[in-house]
Amino acid sequence: MTRMKSKWLVLFIVFGLILTACGGGSDDAAEEEVVAEEPAEELDSPATTAAAAEPVADPPSICLVLDIGGLGDLAFNDLAYSGYEKAIEDFGMVGTFLEPDGGGENRGELLELCAEAGNDLIVGNGFLFDAAMNEVAPSYPDINFAITDGVAEPGNVRGMLFKHAEGSFLAGVAAALKTTTNNVGFIGGVDFPLIHEFEQGYLAGVAAINPDITVQIGYASVPPDFSGFNDPVKGKEIALAQYEAGADIIYHAAGGTGTGMFEAAKEVSEATGTKVWGIGVDFDQYYTVGNPLPELQEYILTSMVKAADVSIYNAAKATVEGTFTGGPSVDDLSTGGIYLSYSGGYIDDIKDTLEEYKEKIISGEIVPPSVRP
Amino acid sequence: MKLRLRIASFSAPLVALSIAFGLSSLILLFIGKDPIETFRIMFEYGIKGKSIVSIINRSIPLYISAIAVAVGFKMGLFNIGVEGQYLVASLIAAFVGSQFSIITPIHILFIIIIAVASSAMWAAIAGYLKVKKGIHEVISTIMLNYIGTGLIAYGLTNVFDEAGSDYELPRTPELPESGKMPALNNLFRLEDLQDLHGFLFVAIVVGIFYYWLVWKTTLGFDLRITGANPVAAKFSGINPNRLIIVAMVTSGGFAGLVGLGPLLGYFHRFTIDFPTGLGFAGIAVALLGRNHPFGMGIGALLFAFLERSSQILDLNDVPKEIERMLQAFILLIVVVFYEIIRRFIVKQQVKDASKKVET
Repeated sequence: MTRMKSKWLVLFIVFGLILTACGGGSDDAAEEEVVAEEPAEELDSPATTAAAAEPVADPPSICLVLDIGGLGDLAFNDLAYSGYEKAIEDFGMVGTFLEPDGGGENRGELLELCAEAGNDLIVGNGFLFDAAMNEVAPSYPDINFAITDGVAEPGNVRGMLFKHAEGSFLAGVAAALKTTTNNVGFIGGVDFPLIHEFEQGYLAGVAAINPDITVQIGYASVPPDFSGFNDPVKGKEIALAQYEAGADIIYHAAGGTGTGMFEAAKEVSEATGTKVWGIGVDFDQYYTVGNPLPELQEYILTSMVKAADVSIYNAAKATVEGTFTGGPSVDDLSTGGIYLSYSGGYIDDIKDTLEEYKEKIISGEIVPPSVRP
Repeated sequence: MKLRLRIASFSAPLVALSIAFGLSSLILLFIGKDPIETFRIMFEYGIKGKSIVSIINRSIPLYISAIAVAVGFKMGLFNIGVEGQYLVASLIAAFVGSQFSIITPIHILFIIIIAVASSAMWAAIAGYLKVKKGIHEVISTIMLNYIGTGLIAYGLTNVFDEAGSDYELPRTPELPESGKMPALNNLFRLEDLQDLHGFLFVAIVVGIFYYWLVWKTTLGFDLRITGANPVAAKFSGINPNRLIIVAMVTSGGFAGLVGLGPLLGYFHRFTIDFPTGLGFAGIAVALLGRNHPFGMGIGALLFAFLERSSQILDLNDVPKEIERMLQAFILLIVVVFYEIIRRFIVKQQVKDASKKVET
């Protein structure tokens, strides 16, 4: 009995010691940190955002809520982040960015957090924010909101839309002109209408050059499973299968999944001795994939760039200058918000043809389809 | 003696909680953040009016999910399939519920029945496989989760998708007004806050029903006896096969209610944004609350509180992931402590008994 007791006593004393040790340690660190960096002071809870209301020394602020997947996808979210970062740099804005942890109620919650913290501009990255925007934006009429790839009803929300089909059409033209096997591929992230815009534009572009070219189409996932935007392993699998089946150029609209496609291109090229290509999306991936992963750079034929970063930058600029307007704003080939990159110089030889098609699309002579027939 | 045992078993969660916070503090210190300030910010944000409503709303499905898991636990049955069961049930209930309109109470009751029935049927597959084919329920329910996800993906896009809508994503038609559960804000005079889900009442009723079922009925007695000693239960005349099916169906039935809080109170339709992961979170809450209706309520509120209050962290340059680690710490330590306490109690009982024999 006594031995039993003493065992427990020792156990509790040890836990007690651990606890006091933690407590003591944190006190010290707390003091150090307050001394070390100022932000600890101003990082109070949003309840004390009264400071933001003071007219003196109130830098404009921007809050970016990313979509699931978060930073590091080398595509959609990183793209938004780079625009946000540039705005902070150029306009001296105070920036905050958040990542949702899944589930629809959370999006609204994060937007609301940003609003309560007194931000001047709040960006929701991705069409999934539309319902949350409708819910939150009306309560904060003085705050500017912006949503990528979607629209929302409230007047203070800017819907930043892109004509993906136009750029994808040019990607299709480039693929059709460059293929030597008359066989090209397309990898979509998730099989749903937004990605069908890329797919249909691409198909039309390929067909405009040579309707006899085979186009293989693959998707990484189907809704409600959105893992297809961040699944490089799956991307590599699909790409390997398409290259194996004769494709020598594949265009992806699959976010982080596309990295796997470039890996597959390298692997196949090295194994067979014949070079195969991948076409990037969103960013100019010759740099965004090619810089961190230089061994993949030479397989990136071109990229269908969608300048969501510029749109976010422009929204920030308008907020700072007081010229922000809500409602849909569409970017396409004519505004320069969508374009095909020439980085690497691999498609310089077909530039004339590409420019020709670009002019035709801008003039309305060609209207690339954006929905499945 | 008895009192000491009671104190020991009640102190376990508290001690576990302190240790978990201690360990998280160490990690925060390690990454150069101030733990006391961090927890203070979390707490301050977590007790604001809006946060409290959000915490209650979050804890409703967590609690029901924990009860669904606990029904199985009571007889030693590990239903990991709550996740798939509630998602399948929510999709079917959302679609069927959107197809007609009658007066609200009947409409909601009907949606509840559909959800419970479809979820129970889905769970029954695992029960059947265990009884007839000897497949362990852990394997079959995990596999059924995958199958369920696939079926939902197919069903949502091809069968239950809102007809004639030009919305980008597949989703079921919206529930008519009569199918939306009224919020409780007027009842509690919460005018300027977001909706407090009316499903709160259902959760409370479910908790009471669970207590009655497990501790006051013959079925509950059979469950508990089988859980405590399967061999003895079998020889006392309990048919284990029948009980497995009944327990699985009951667990699945509860699981069907998990998604209805968010469905009837917020989303009003099944979308790709519908909350997932509640089934797995329920396992954690059931462990934390030791399958007790009150304990699981506390556990659900605690986890909901941590989830909500951690939202503020990213705004303060503290990685939100610390909350996930905190939850995991709490769970691990609690489980270890319950085991220590259990062994302690068993030892004490043996000792007491031997003392009595000696005297």
